Amino acid sequence: MSEQPNETVAEYQFVSRRTLVLRRFLRNRTAVVALLVLAVLLVGCYALPPFLPHSYSDLNYEALQQPPTPNHWFGTNALGQDLLAQTLRGMQKSLLIGICVAFISTTIAATVGAIAGYFGGWRDRTLMWIVDLLLVVPSFILIAIVTPRTQQSGTILWLILLLAAFSWMISSRMVRGMTMSLREREFVVAARYMGVSHWRIIVRHIVPNVASILIIDTALNVGVAILAETGLSFLGFGVQPPDVSLGTLIADGTRSVTTFPWVFLFPAGVLVLIVLCANLVGDGLRDALDPSARPAPSRTRKARS
Amino acid sequence: MSLLDVVDLTVDFPLDAPTGTERVAAVRRLNYHVKAGEVVALVGESGAGKSAGAMAVIGLLPEYAEVTGSVRLHGEELLGLSDGQMSRIRGNRIGTVFQDPMSALTPVYTVGDQIAEAIQIHRREVSKRAARARAIELLELVGIAQPERRSRAFPHELSGGERQRVVIAIAIANDPDLLICDEPTTALDVTVQAQILDVLRTARDVTGAGVLIITHDLGVVAEFADRALVMYAGRAVETAPVADLYRSREMPYTAGLLGSVPRLDARQGARLVPIPGAPPSLVALPPGCPFAPRCPLSVDACHTVEPDLKSVSPDHQVACIRSDQVAGRSAAEIYGASAALKSGAGAAAEGTVVLRVSDLVKTYSLTKGVVLRRRIGEVRAVDGVSFELQQGRTLGIVGESGSGKSTTLHQILDLTAPQGGTIEVLGTDVAELDRRTRKALRGDLQVVFQDPVASLDPRLPVFDVLAEPLRANGFDKRTTDERVGELLTLVGLRREDAGRYPADFSGGQKQRIGIARALALQPKILALDEPVSALDVSIQAGIINLLLDLQERFGLAYLFVSHDLSVVKHLAHRVAVMHNGTIVEQGDSEQVFADPRHEYTRTLLSAVPRPLTDHD
Amino acid sequence: MTRFLARRLLNYIVLLGLASFLTFCLTSLTFEPLDSLLERNPRPPQVVIDAKAAELDLDKPIPVRYANWASGAIRGNFGTTVTGQPVSDELWRRIGVSLRLVLIGSVVGTVVGVVVGAWGAIRQYRMSDRVITVMSLLILSTPTFVVANLLILGALEVNSALGIQLFEYTGETSPDAVGGAWAQLVDRLQHLVLPTFTLALASIAGFSRYQRNAMLDVLGQDFIRTARAKGLTRRRALFKHGLRTALIPMATLFAYGVSALVTGAVFTEKIFGWHGMGEWVVQGVASQDTNIIAAITVFSGATILLAGLLSDVIYAVLDPRVRVR
Repeated sequence: MSEQPNETVAEYQFVSRRTLVLRRFLRNRTAVVALLVLAVLLVGCYALPPFLPHSYSDLNYEALQQPPTPNHWFGTNALGQDLLAQTLRGMQKSLLIGICVAFISTTIAATVGAIAGYFGGWRDRTLMWIVDLLLVVPSFILIAIVTPRTQQSGTILWLILLLAAFSWMISSRMVRGMTMSLREREFVVAARYMGVSHWRIIVRHIVPNVASILIIDTALNVGVAILAETGLSFLGFGVQPPDVSLGTLIADGTRSVTTFPWVFLFPAGVLVLIVLCANLVGDGLRDALDPSARPAPSRTRKARS
Repeated sequence: MSLLDVVDLTVDFPLDAPTGTERVAAVRRLNYHVKAGEVVALVGESGAGKSAGAMAVIGLLPEYAEVTGSVRLHGEELLGLSDGQMSRIRGNRIGTVFQDPMSALTPVYTVGDQIAEAIQIHRREVSKRAARARAIELLELVGIAQPERRSRAFPHELSGGERQRVVIAIAIANDPDLLICDEPTTALDVTVQAQILDVLRTARDVTGAGVLIITHDLGVVAEFADRALVMYAGRAVETAPVADLYRSREMPYTAGLLGSVPRLDARQGARLVPIPGAPPSLVALPPGCPFAPRCPLSVDACHTVEPDLKSVSPDHQVACIRSDQVAGRSAAEIYGASAALKSGAGAAAEGTVVLRVSDLVKTYSLTKGVVLRRRIGEVRAVDGVSFELQQGRTLGIVGESGSGKSTTLHQILDLTAPQGGTIEVLGTDVAELDRRTRKALRGDLQVVFQDPVASLDPRLPVFDVLAEPLRANGFDKRTTDERVGELLTLVGLRREDAGRYPADFSGGQKQRIGIARALALQPKILALDEPVSALDVSIQAGIINLLLDLQERFGLAYLFVSHDLSVVKHLAHRVAVMHNGTIVEQGDSEQVFADPRHEYTRTLLSAVPRPLTDHD
Repeated sequence: MTRFLARRLLNYIVLLGLASFLTFCLTSLTFEPLDSLLERNPRPPQVVIDAKAAELDLDKPIPVRYANWASGAIRGNFGTTVTGQPVSDELWRRIGVSLRLVLIGSVVGTVVGVVVGAWGAIRQYRMSDRVITVMSLLILSTPTFVVANLLILGALEVNSALGIQLFEYTGETSPDAVGGAWAQLVDRLQHLVLPTFTLALASIAGFSRYQRNAMLDVLGQDFIRTARAKGLTRRRALFKHGLRTALIPMATLFAYGVSALVTGAVFTEKIFGWHGMGEWVVQGVASQDTNIIAAITVFSGATILLAGLLSDVIYAVLDPRVRVR
């Protein structure tokens, strides 16, 4: 009557989803390269400056607005500062802000989305109303007004917090949608009927199943956050002088872009590289985590009869 | 030369796995043919390769599939043709009907336009107006009322059955020579199934086409097909005219398949004959006959060489070396199972009432539109339902989709006061429950769901799945460990299986895990929402037997919701037939099935396709 | 139905009021509109300063100031800037400039982006798809102000190579433009090309990615299989049935995209010297002008509302399932 042990084919390998995802990600060479580049940049911008002959604030009066030379690899700007050191310093700021904002905003999005989607009712309505409000409020204006005034103490904390506060709304809508469909999935319904408490269900069932989306979101948000910060800094609202970010560097460079383009090109190039890598990694993660992904078609496929 | 000749067809799918790319051999050297005007059925359970074997004919397999062999339509080779060349044949000389009508039509074009398109693709000279007129004719042919008006409707305005009719209209629009139907009735309600089979018969008569129908439903095969091919592990293991197949099958698998089909004339408590084990993994097939590990008649020779199809009579071929041991014996004999009634099953002992529902009402407000939501009315999903369930008995609630049977079940499981009427569980009115008493009562009322895949969290190992209800109700670690082991053996799994993930198990085993989880808190009432509908018929039989055994052993009361009347017949002592939110007929199952009083019950019973009976 | 729309509109007005109130409070608390006066050398007499303060209502509490402003705003009078110009005039003028800048770029960008995305989906994993994907990502990773500057650099090269000033990159028109309507039109076009291209590029990149993903989702759907079984080749099935269906979610993107650009094309306007809404925002913050900021807040909120309505309308046109019968 009962099914015998030989039914569970013991020799078939234990399918570990994590291993599968890792394999698929590693097969995407572009994404892997992007991840490595990003890691190198992150480590480099903090580790390299102590080894450089010039610090970012050194002024070299003998070499003003010079193109790249063996002494100054990236050249110098109008004040005689070494562009390489400045770019590295700018990268530090931008990367730090980008990563912090991405993590904070994803956390907020996950919490709000899960609560709104799971409980529904007044919690959902209230949270979504707050989302609507934050979408209507002109975030750009608010951040532009507040941040210059809070930077006297030299900390960029407020910039990070404000940027994070205005970038979680759309992600939370996505998490809410996924939670609402997960809520109706049978294993969640079964858990409710077994008497498992709501919080346990959210933590043990909902969150792990939206985790993949959250990881992708974080990776992509890094790029978005860095672009937002550089934009603000470019206009003079984000990072304030004497602090240096890629945005301020690009702003300085724009003034002389038609005559001495490298002052603009180096920081701009680095910025594009960072954001591009972040996006490639996010894309690669999305492809790897996609359950319907299949192996790329082999080239010999056509030669079949 | 036949209309369609398939020789040595092989389909491989390379798939991702942690160890590298694996090849799944979905179809292995399949041979079959279809003559003009005849209906050939490819029968088998999931994973047998029947869909792949038919989709290869029209070239609609996924791009990464590797197909070899020969497929000839009127002598013309189809494999290896380019997409452009195949497109001239598809929809023109070969018409296709797919399984799920709900998503088979493009949502943004009208139904009439989609049929007209099928005509205009292949006959450029036909004007738009002429094509539309022909589309309306076809709609009438397939039985859509008011075809002129309905042709301007969009797919979402049609019911499932109507959409399937449109799909059939598209398939026959150009008078094809061959009609391929991939599980055309599986996703439909029983009464609609019967109607669609009629439409298919009409389609065949009108076009004179040969029909290749793929199905797992042996009743459909008996009613519709002329010849049948039983597939197992990617190959044909038996092929015969339908009558011969049912009366004198000679392959042990076929015998087991027929023996595990539930029957409308069975008595309550009648055990079925399941086939032990599960279908083999198509990645690493052992040498020899793929059925040998599960076959009760296997000998050493079976494990060395895979047998070819050999004729046992004209038109009847079997791929088995032990076929002489099968002919003339019943499935129960071959598999050594006892299909007789177990003692006490038929006794009419009246137990205490564990569940009483009176005048239950549940309405939903309807909102229309994705973006602009507005209330346009309400739907009475459950409209005054009353019944009782006794200890140790099964009440079967049958109905088609939209009848309200699942809603009723969920209303009871919620354990909150309903919108209308009363629910009494174990003597307590649910309206009087507070949080603490509700939690206590939950332990006595548990549920088993339909989809074994969706009802287990894929990220938890089996141990955690079974331990969850125990932990949520305060059992300590040692008791939990013991109980999980007990539960696994209770449903026929091993203690070692506790460390594995649900994805490692077959559908039937997952459902056993679901049942084990439901039994964890030792409930008195078990609510089962279509627990076997998603399972293959031979696995289903095992679960039905398990449920019957558990009921006997523990005196469980079952509230069993299903659309499958035959399954209900085996399990239920009493039956309630639901239609549009009300119970139209209720009573002892023997009586309701044998002598239905209500019109709807009669329609329902007559619509069930019946397989020809096996030996007894 | 009308009750539903009315309720939504009311909700929106409340949100808008709240947002404008919050912004008003913030600016009132942080701005020092008298700075420009106080920093003048020599310092103006106290009388003048006090008069200015009274004119700007600086002595009254914030809610009163807001109420004054709001009562004027409802009637279309948004007050005056710090320098005394009426805000409404400036507002309408700048809206016109931004619209002229943004509309062509958005429409062109959307159409091209959709086609490119669809093409990429159809040729998934082939070389052309990979190229399109990487290029889209590259463009999306490059901020507008970088793209604009690179285009200007490129235009300079072209101009010097051709010997004539083909591409103009400052302002909307040449200050010394003379001649008939045709010459004026050509002049406007010359100024329009570069900024439109900047905006269109970002749209193309964004839409191509979204459209590609939407089409890949649609690719696996059953109705594509039915279309192929009818006899459509894979490509035709995807274009005729897949594209049309995958287009539906683009409605929301397009509507909100345009609305965001009208107030948000800050970098493009600044670098190319167009005096539109985006430039005005920066100017307003820099000159600490509360009325300008308040007016912009209301305007941007209104555009989001309109975008929502526009997206609903387009959705209803594209998707028969949501049409109200």
